[in-house]
Amino acid sequence: MRPFTYERAPDALSAVKAVAENPGAKFLAGGTNLLDLMKLDIERPTHLVDVGRLPFAGVEEVNGGLRIGGAMVNSKLAAHPRVRELYPVLVRALVSGASGQLRNKATTAGNLLQRTRCAYFYDTTKPCNKRQPGSGCSALEGVHGAHDAIFGASKACIATHPSDMAVALTALGASVETLTPTGASRTLAVQDLHRLPGETPHVETDLAPGELITAVLVPPPPEGGQVYRKVRGRASYAHGIASVAVAGGRVALGAVAHKPWRAAHIEDALSSGASPAEAAEAELSKADRNDHNALKITLVGRLAAAAIEESKTRRVA
Amino acid sequence: MKTTITVNGTARTLDVDSRTTLLDALREHIGLIGSKKGCDHGQCGACTVLVNGARINSCLSLLAMHDGDQVTTIEGLGTAENLHPVQQAFLENDAFQCGYCTPGQICSAVGMLQEAADGWPSQVMEDVAAMVDLSEAEIRERMSGNICRCSAYPQIVAAIRSVAGDAA
Repeated sequence: MRPFTYERAPDALSAVKAVAENPGAKFLAGGTNLLDLMKLDIERPTHLVDVGRLPFAGVEEVNGGLRIGGAMVNSKLAAHPRVRELYPVLVRALVSGASGQLRNKATTAGNLLQRTRCAYFYDTTKPCNKRQPGSGCSALEGVHGAHDAIFGASKACIATHPSDMAVALTALGASVETLTPTGASRTLAVQDLHRLPGETPHVETDLAPGELITAVLVPPPPEGGQVYRKVRGRASYAHGIASVAVAGGRVALGAVAHKPWRAAHIEDALSSGASPAEAAEAELSKADRNDHNALKITLVGRLAAAAIEESKTRRVA
Repeated sequence: MKTTITVNGTARTLDVDSRTTLLDALREHIGLIGSKKGCDHGQCGACTVLVNGARINSCLSLLAMHDGDQVTTIEGLGTAENLHPVQQAFLENDAFQCGYCTPGQICSAVGMLQEAADGWPSQVMEDVAAMVDLSEAEIRERMSGNICRCSAYPQIVAAIRSVAGDAA
């Protein structure tokens, strides 16, 4: 690891200012992704501002929904009685991600802001526009079709967002609450938090430098069953090749784009009376096809149809 | 920078480089070499310790993040004369071959058993709001963050099941 200085922020506004004023600074909460990337020399912060102990680690009931603190760890969120009762899709997404040890450290905000697991992003001997802007995209010429984006990718980047939790939050219509460097707070939908890669895949969210996610707001559970299904190379502790979250009539896909992918075409088709398979086809017919990803497109379509079918028989919160 | 942690009941104050991980602090500065550095990237689980009772990968945490925390390592779970029930169960079930992953496996199992007792859900549960029944499938899922390259998994699961059964 390269040298860095460390400070523990006494309060949220100090933390936001410390990061906003220093271009080399980053927030540190659980550290499970950031420290790993620092060891690999992919992340190179010169200053870390520890926000892990700021008082944003609880769950409050707000207007029939929940307000989840940004520093709450994934395992405690999944185990929270109200979350288990009202949002089984969120619980299942959380416990589908990482391992028991990592879920005890990884936070709600950090989970949203984790970096891609694209093999070329991790391989510092290869060009990667996300790691080194302007160097090129090795994945475009690679044969990693199973892990590449099939929606919204660009000539500059075909990486996917790896979070499971974010896919469930997108299906639930959740939003994030942030603190900006001016001390103002704002909210934006989880589905609008991350950007598509375009020409600047290294810019991953619409957050300003120093802007801190303080909470996630989840609206009351929708009517209808909730399902989270994930396909991956082994049964546990692996990133998805594809995942699907269903919450009532809302559907989101994971590991298919640079952001959790709200499947608007599936939702429209379902509301017009289409079968699950027809609805899935409405979305997947618009996927970016190439020589490597036919399997993934077929797999995502079948997974989505199966998850929608299953949601009809699932417990309604 | 200066950080104070309590390790196995003893307060330790270290003044070390900010890059020092909790694992390196335990092994290189405090001399507790039971916790192992396997992959150093949170993938193998050999470095698992308990911090304030919760199992974590000590390789993916900075010492500085743990000022004031209570850390329990394999050395603090039991003694040669008075083994922790999970240590005893690993012996009785022949749950290791080379032993390198074993400290992490045992610390992880201790943390996992408490999580299950507290009713924490897993992805193999049919209903995530239901009670936890520590079946073989549950134990395998909940221990997936610990790799054993000698592949002693059947015996590790049997050892943990025997402790879970005694506790039930």
